[in-house]
Order: sequence, then C-alpha cells, then structure tokens
Amino acid sequence: MWIDIFAAAITAGTPLLFATLGEIYTERVGNTNLGVEGMMIMGAVVGFSTGFLTQNAALALAGAVLAGSAGALIYAIITITLRANQIVTGLALTIFGTGFASFVGKPYVGKAAPEAIKNFFRVIEIPLLSDIPFIGEILFRHDVFVYLGYIVTFWTLVYFYKTRWGLNLRSIGESAASADASGINIEKYKYIHTIIGGALAGLGGAYLSLVTIPVWQEGVTGGRGWIAVALVIFASWKPIKAMFGALLFGGLDIIGFRLQGMGIHVSQYLIDMLPYLTTIVVLIISTRKNKPEDMPPADLSIPYFREER
Amino acid sequence: MLKYNIIKKDELEGRQAMMVRAAAIILSFVFTGIFMVIIGYNPIQVFTKMISGALGTEMRIQETITKSIPLVITSLGILVAFKMKFWNIGGEGQIMMGALGASYIALNYADSMASFPLLLLMALASIVCGGLWALIPAFFKVKLGTNETIFTLMLNYIAIKIVQYLQYGPWKDPNASGFPKVANFAPAAHLPSLFGIHIGWIIALVLAAAMYVFMKYTKKGYEIEVVGESPNTAKYAGMNVNGIIIMALIISGGLCSLVGMIQASAIEKTLSATLSGGLGFTAIITTWLSGLKPHFIVITSIAFAVLLQGGVYIQIAMQIPSAVAEMIQGIILFFVLGSEFFIRYKFVKGDK
Repeated sequence: MWIDIFAAAITAGTPLLFATLGEIYTERVGNTNLGVEGMMIMGAVVGFSTGFLTQNAALALAGAVLAGSAGALIYAIITITLRANQIVTGLALTIFGTGFASFVGKPYVGKAAPEAIKNFFRVIEIPLLSDIPFIGEILFRHDVFVYLGYIVTFWTLVYFYKTRWGLNLRSIGESAASADASGINIEKYKYIHTIIGGALAGLGGAYLSLVTIPVWQEGVTGGRGWIAVALVIFASWKPIKAMFGALLFGGLDIIGFRLQGMGIHVSQYLIDMLPYLTTIVVLIISTRKNKPEDMPPADLSIPYFREER
Repeated sequence: MLKYNIIKKDELEGRQAMMVRAAAIILSFVFTGIFMVIIGYNPIQVFTKMISGALGTEMRIQETITKSIPLVITSLGILVAFKMKFWNIGGEGQIMMGALGASYIALNYADSMASFPLLLLMALASIVCGGLWALIPAFFKVKLGTNETIFTLMLNYIAIKIVQYLQYGPWKDPNASGFPKVANFAPAAHLPSLFGIHIGWIIALVLAAAMYVFMKYTKKGYEIEVVGESPNTAKYAGMNVNGIIIMALIISGGLCSLVGMIQASAIEKTLSATLSGGLGFTAIITTWLSGLKPHFIVITSIAFAVLLQGGVYIQIAMQIPSAVAEMIQGIILFFVLGSEFFIRYKFVKGDK
C-alpha cells in the first residue's frame, strides 16, 4: 500500500517538479516570474492540441516547450529589456496564459488524447531497476515523462554546481553587479534561463493534459503553478530539495482521497491547504534562522541596470 | 559601430506620460486586431460588438458598472499597499475572508435585526476579518522581514480553501438537497439598489474620493508615500515605519474585504468559493495601469469592466470564447508595462 501511495505521489508531483525546477532557473538569475501558472497552462493546451492533431508525442512535447518558452520570452522582454515590474508582469502573463488556453482549447474541451499519445506515455517498467524492492517499485514503474523529470533534475544539479555556466548563473542571482564586473553577459544569462524556466513550466503543464488525465478540460492546471512558486521556497532554490518537495506536495494532492478510501474522513479542502501553509511556515522559519545557504538569491526580484549601479 | 546607450531621464510628467500609455494601449489593440485576423475574425466587428455589448443598452451599462464596482474598491485597497512598495497580491484572499465574515453575520443574525444595522454589522465583520487576514503578512514583514509577495499569495489559496471547506462541510445548506452550497441570505442582508445598480457604486465613488484626499492631504497618506520612496528616509524623519506598514495593510485588507461583503450581499447573495473569481489579481492590474492614482483607478476599472462585459457578450453574439477578453487584458498590460520604459528612459547614441 505504501508503495502505491508513494508511486502515486511521484506521478502527482511530476508536473510540480518540472514547473518548480523551471522557476528555480528563473529565480537563480534574479527574476521572480509569477507567470508559472500561465506558462504551465499554455504548455498544457499547446501540448494537447499538437498531440491531438499530429498524434505524435514528441511533437506534443515540443509544442509544450515552445509555448512555455514563448510565455517566458514575453516576460523576459518586458522585465529584462524594458525593465518593468516583475510581479505585475508575471501576473499579466498568468492572466494572458489562462485566456490563451481557454481560447485555444475551446474546440478540444472533453476530447481525449489519441491512442498513440496514451500509448507513448504508458507505464514502462525499467528492467532490473524496477525489481529492487520498495525503492525500485516506487521509482521505476512509471511513464517516460516521469523519467524525463528525473533526468532534468539530475541535469540541473550538474549544471548548477559543476559547470561554469552554472557558477555564473548563481553569481548573477547573488550579485548582478559583481557578476557584471567579472565580465558575465547578464542580459544573455537572464534571457536564456528565464526561457528555460518557461520551457520546463510548459512541460509540467503538458504532463497534466497528456498524462494525468489525457482529456482536455479548462483550467487543467488548477493552481499548480502557484504551488510551484511555493515549492521553490520550500526547496530553498535547490534541485534535489525540489524533487523531495514535489513528492511531498504531490502526495498531499492525493492523500485525501486515499484516506477516505481507508475510512478516515478528513476534508480534502483542509489537506489542500497544507502546501500553502507549509510554504508560509518555511518562509517564516527561513527568514528567522537566516541561514545563508537557505536564503533566496540576494538579488532576487531586483532588476539590474548597469547605469543605475 | 554605432551603439545606443540607455540613460535615465527625468520622468515624463502627466500629459506626456499619459500619451505614452495611450499609444501603448492603441498598439495593444492593433496587435490583438492582427491576432484576430489570423484566427479568422474581423477585428473591427469584434471590437464594436464588445463595446455595444458593454455599453449598448441601459441594462448592459448597469451590468458593466456592477462589474467595475469590486474592481474599484479592491484596486483602492491594493493601491495603499503598493504605494508603500508592499506587494500585497493577497487581494483575492482578503476578499474571501471579508465575504466569510459578512456571511457569518448574514446567516446568523438576519432574522433578529433590521436591514440597515444588519448590513452595517456585515460590513464591519468583513473589514475585521479581512483586515486581520492582511495583518498576518504585515506582522511578519515588520518583525522578521518575511517576503510579503509569496506570503500574501499563499494566503489567497488558504482563504479559498477555508471557504470551500465551509461550503462543502459545516456551512452546507441542508435544504439544498445535497447540493454543496451555503444557504442564501435573507432579503434583509441584500444590499439595496439605486438607479438599478446596487449601492456599491456609491460606496466605490465615496471611497475613491476619500482615498484621493487621504493620500494627498493627510499626514498618514504622506507617511505611506515616504515609506514607499525610502524606508530609511522615513526612519530618519522620525516616522514609525513599522506602525505605518501595519496601518496601511489594515486599510488595504479592510478595503479588499469590504468587496467580499459587497459581492456576497449584492451579487452572489450567499458565500461561495468562486466569489472572488480572480478579482484580486485583475485589480492589481487596474491599480498598476492607474499609475497608483485613486481617480485613475475609477477610469481603469470601468475600462476593464467594459472589456470583461464585452467579452461575455461576444461569446453569446459571435461564439467567440469570452477568454479573448482575458487575452486582451494580458496583451494591454504587456504593452503598458513595456511602455513605462519609454517614460523613464531614453536612448542616446554613442559608445560606452
């Protein structure tokens, strides 16, 4: 039974994981993008409609990546080049994305994804690994999208801490001025990583519309973009912690119904509160403890303009 | 190679700044127009339908004004916080908590009170609930420096979940044959109407005028402005910065929560988890577009109500999803946000 719950938590946590990793990229270069919800749902709708029309899962994923990136690009132009307020721009992106998705998705409401897509995202047990008791059974009996999540997490870890680009990226988030002084092209880094953030958010959205319930429905993201924003704080901007956070918050997403199945009646609505409550508690504790490694990038949300240094 | 540098210029004032914003709005409509052509609609037709759908008949105008009322009041609330650079994006939750407070009174005391004192008590209860709700992030901001953006954002969802919990649980109307809804308010708890629109429009106008006077002519309003410009300056000038933040947030949350009372009493006539319906977020945009000025808030809110109402109409009249209105909102905002750049900076030729 525990295996079952953990495995379900991983599935529920996968869209959160993608979106959270994406927002970590974005915030690490100093941008708070509150458009995650918008980029996710843009990815969800474009991923679904592309998959629906082409019957090709790879193209569907590419569509989701493009849609999320396009959203992030709008955000990047407005906040990085045109230096507008990040919070308001992010909210505008969410409003735009929500409108975009219900508009583009209108003809598909209630339609199911083609068999070819469902088949592509069927559960694939990884030989040997999936036979490892408990751990293997939890981790390696999933669809390829979940495995992609593992790869992206691992890659992010390597990228942040083992590559020159990752080092530069982290230094921009901490102090754009000193990064600039050491010759890093700030604008380029900000653009690239904000767009990566959008691409990952788009993938997270596509998981919901292509795998979780492969039928198009309005408002499919259901606020998960905001949970991702919360998870970034919970994970204190670290990829591995993001993975555990996504597992935990994904678990909260499903636990209510499981408990009901066991005859324990706790309102799902109260359980739904927990991710947000936890985030607030984490937020308060981290500002209280003031541990440097758990703090947000120092230059987060502070736009950088060389001439105003 | 010729290079352009970006330098800060003296901010364009009043008229010129408005011209830049107007140009941005026109551009955003051109852009949406092109988009509509691409998807196969005649943009001129869509826009005229939207306008006539929002303002074409007396009833439509009433509907549009009804939609603008909560936007005006929520925006005023957000304005107070934003003036201080306290990013209160918790309007949504404050509206919900206000509605909750008002509903508690309406559901329990409607039989034992006359309409006027009942409504007054509902308003008071909503302001207390929402004000306290906004006080939580303000308290932690002041005490620990906790980031208010995320804090207020999270509180939105907690508030919505609380209302959902009540709606599907303890407050579920037993007479609704199993349908998960809170009982309807008794008529005594309904906000009365004047000229066919509930009196929220008078409240909104009075509050906008009051906010204008408060920000411009009172000491407290001035202090809020100074704290926003520079907390250090405020401190050196001997102001009680923490006290000002707390006070401003109670006003901010109080105004937003009053919207909850108005919507519950005049529109929904009950409490429901969808009552705030994104108002708290849309109001952030109208506030921003107003340039943080109370009198412009009235204008931007009405403009947005026209968009919303027009969006509803084209769905009926032309089978265009009303979501188009949301997209247009987003696009307008993108352009206006981008245009601020041209108010604050200019390009000059030359090498670094």
